[in-house]
Amino acid sequence: MKRRSFLGLMGAAGAGLAVPAPARAGVKDFRGFLETPGVLFDGTRCIGCRKCELACNQVNNLPEPEVPFDNLEILDSRRRTDASTFTVVNKFETPNGPVYRKNQCNHCLEPACASSCFVAAFRKNTDSAVDYDDSVCVGCRYCMIACPFEIPTYEYHKVLTPRVMKCTLCGPQMRAGELRLPGCVDICPVEAMIYGPRNELINLANRRFKQFPGRYVEQIYGEHEMGGTSWMYISGTPFRQVGLREDLGTKSAPELTAGALAAVPVVVAVWPVLLGGIYAINKRKEKIAAQEQKQAVAAAVAKSKEEAEEKLATSLSKAEEAANRRVDNEVKKAVKEALAKKEEELKAADASKPDEEEGK
Amino acid sequence: MSTETSTDFKSYLTPFNIITGLIIIAGLIVTVIRFTGGLAAVTNLDDNYPWGIWISFDLLCGVALAAGGYTTAAACYVFGFKKYQSAVRPAVLTAFLGYVLVVLALHYDVGRPWRLPYPIFVQQGTTSLLFEVGLCVFLYLTVLFLEFLPALFEWKGWKKLREVLVKMTLVLVIFGVVLSTLHQSSLGALYTIAPSKLHPLWYSAYLPVFFFVSSIAAGLSMVIFEGTLSHKYLHRMMDSEYNRNHNDVILGFAKGCSWVLFGYFALKMIGLTYDNNWHYLATGFGVWFLVELLGFVALPAFLFAVGARDNNFPLIKWTAILTVLGIVLNRFNVSLIAFNYHLPSEDRYFPHIMEIIISVFIVTVGIVAFRFISTRMPVFFEHPDYKGQH
Repeated sequence: MKRRSFLGLMGAAGAGLAVPAPARAGVKDFRGFLETPGVLFDGTRCIGCRKCELACNQVNNLPEPEVPFDNLEILDSRRRTDASTFTVVNKFETPNGPVYRKNQCNHCLEPACASSCFVAAFRKNTDSAVDYDDSVCVGCRYCMIACPFEIPTYEYHKVLTPRVMKCTLCGPQMRAGELRLPGCVDICPVEAMIYGPRNELINLANRRFKQFPGRYVEQIYGEHEMGGTSWMYISGTPFRQVGLREDLGTKSAPELTAGALAAVPVVVAVWPVLLGGIYAINKRKEKIAAQEQKQAVAAAVAKSKEEAEEKLATSLSKAEEAANRRVDNEVKKAVKEALAKKEEELKAADASKPDEEEGK
Repeated sequence: MSTETSTDFKSYLTPFNIITGLIIIAGLIVTVIRFTGGLAAVTNLDDNYPWGIWISFDLLCGVALAAGGYTTAAACYVFGFKKYQSAVRPAVLTAFLGYVLVVLALHYDVGRPWRLPYPIFVQQGTTSLLFEVGLCVFLYLTVLFLEFLPALFEWKGWKKLREVLVKMTLVLVIFGVVLSTLHQSSLGALYTIAPSKLHPLWYSAYLPVFFFVSSIAAGLSMVIFEGTLSHKYLHRMMDSEYNRNHNDVILGFAKGCSWVLFGYFALKMIGLTYDNNWHYLATGFGVWFLVELLGFVALPAFLFAVGARDNNFPLIKWTAILTVLGIVLNRFNVSLIAFNYHLPSEDRYFPHIMEIIISVFIVTVGIVAFRFISTRMPVFFEHPDYKGQH
């Protein structure tokens, strides 16, 4: 029995036993499903034959490529995954000759695509495959923004049913019993890839480091990157020289967005209180201002009323006095006039008396 | 309202109608191509650039520039700046139309637009910041609609319905501010998941705060800018109440915007310091970063302050345009220019002409709708039956 299939069977067994439920993004201090299967890619073994690309194309029923898989010249140009290519092998020139590295979905332990999907179309399965459900996918393509390994691709040319396309770790085929190993792992003529329980793979990599001193960069790419991946790499040249970014950090995608998500309930709870408070303060200010204004107006009115009353009283008494005086004057005048009239009459009577006497 | 007596064809051939008509025809043609040929037929999007200008401009800028709705409503109803009352309706209408257009643009951008309600009604991806954006935009659109409805009811003369809504004003405004805070910031937070793709000068754990604070400046500036435009072209619809307060609003908003921009500048400096990114300033991206920060944040902050002090209205209006351009520049920097900065130049994205046509088409639809509504409903004037009742 070949080594890779032995580990493969162990992996399959582990998948059934290890984890009862699919992983959810954003679990605290998640260390990964140790017993679940993964793949270790050994860059010192890969010969760049593109057989894995061929197998991938066949088991996934992908359209035939423009350049056939036995054409190795294409390795001279840098390629990435696309909607009809789930895996590519790239050639990297180094001082010690060309080095090859296979690229495909790394099946993160806490996938950025799953964390970023607003319809939860991605799920980390118990057999380590990051599954995609196109029956709910809206096609927003945020997963493609989020993936640090630039893996998901999109069927831009399709009108009605475009899907996100990426390596499935042959999960569907293996679950259906059609395949025992992922297509690429199975076909590799040099056993550059091994499928098995992730912790076993880590041990195996460390054994190889010891066994062949100086052959490897003694580090497993994917053990911790972005929170760890199910697909891991060991290499004889620094990882950045074979197109693997070394600046991704060890924080998983859910950890990166946890802070922003945690702020949501705070805003929902605090904002209404704060804004309501500001509103209440303003309302109260207005009320107090209105009250003060009312009081001031009332006081002013009272004051002016008082003053007016006083003024009225004085002018009334003055008017009365004046009226009295005028009455007095009038009376005096009238009396005087009456007296004067009387006197005149008397005088006239005196004057007419002698005439009467003479006429008799 | 009875100006439509001469309905002969020639009276419709104004320069405005001809240009908008042409744009709308072009937009409709591209729309047909988009929905019969798929995204590949009209866009330059690829696997490295899943998001192009429909996200950068229509979504990110659209939402930021529609922030005038919540900022004006909050200033008037929560913070007690009563003299801004007359600016609320135009701002709320702009915001409502802005969000409608954002949603319209998303129908072009996503692969299966008929599934846009899925994240809310079918399967919720609650760990996604895009879920938060979607939910908040959906709810906020409803809030804006309810906030604007009184204008429609006044136009139609449905007094009882109007009464009910007017009583809910404060609750709606506060709910609107909560939702705006959340989705404005979440648009920035979308990018916190991709530290390896966004240039360190723009990537920050504070991205949500940057987006939220800058949206306030964008909203205030847009109110000033749109007020100026409306004043020029829709003057006949404005009553004396609107015109009397117009200068007050502009001065007040210039002052507020100056403060907010100074705060935003300080926040950006804190972000720079927190991640210790000073050494990047000496690179090409560093110069570009400084152009954005000094030319489009610090400078308008200063100019707004000067303009408000001197009652210099032309200066304030030009500064508002500068600020708006600065926000657009920032959103483009985060989502396109500094995004995928590590890719070789031949892999970088430049929009297809048809993508640009759709973006222009959508803005044009917005302007036409704004004109249609504001020349009919009481937006710039108080309805005679409801004078002073707010």
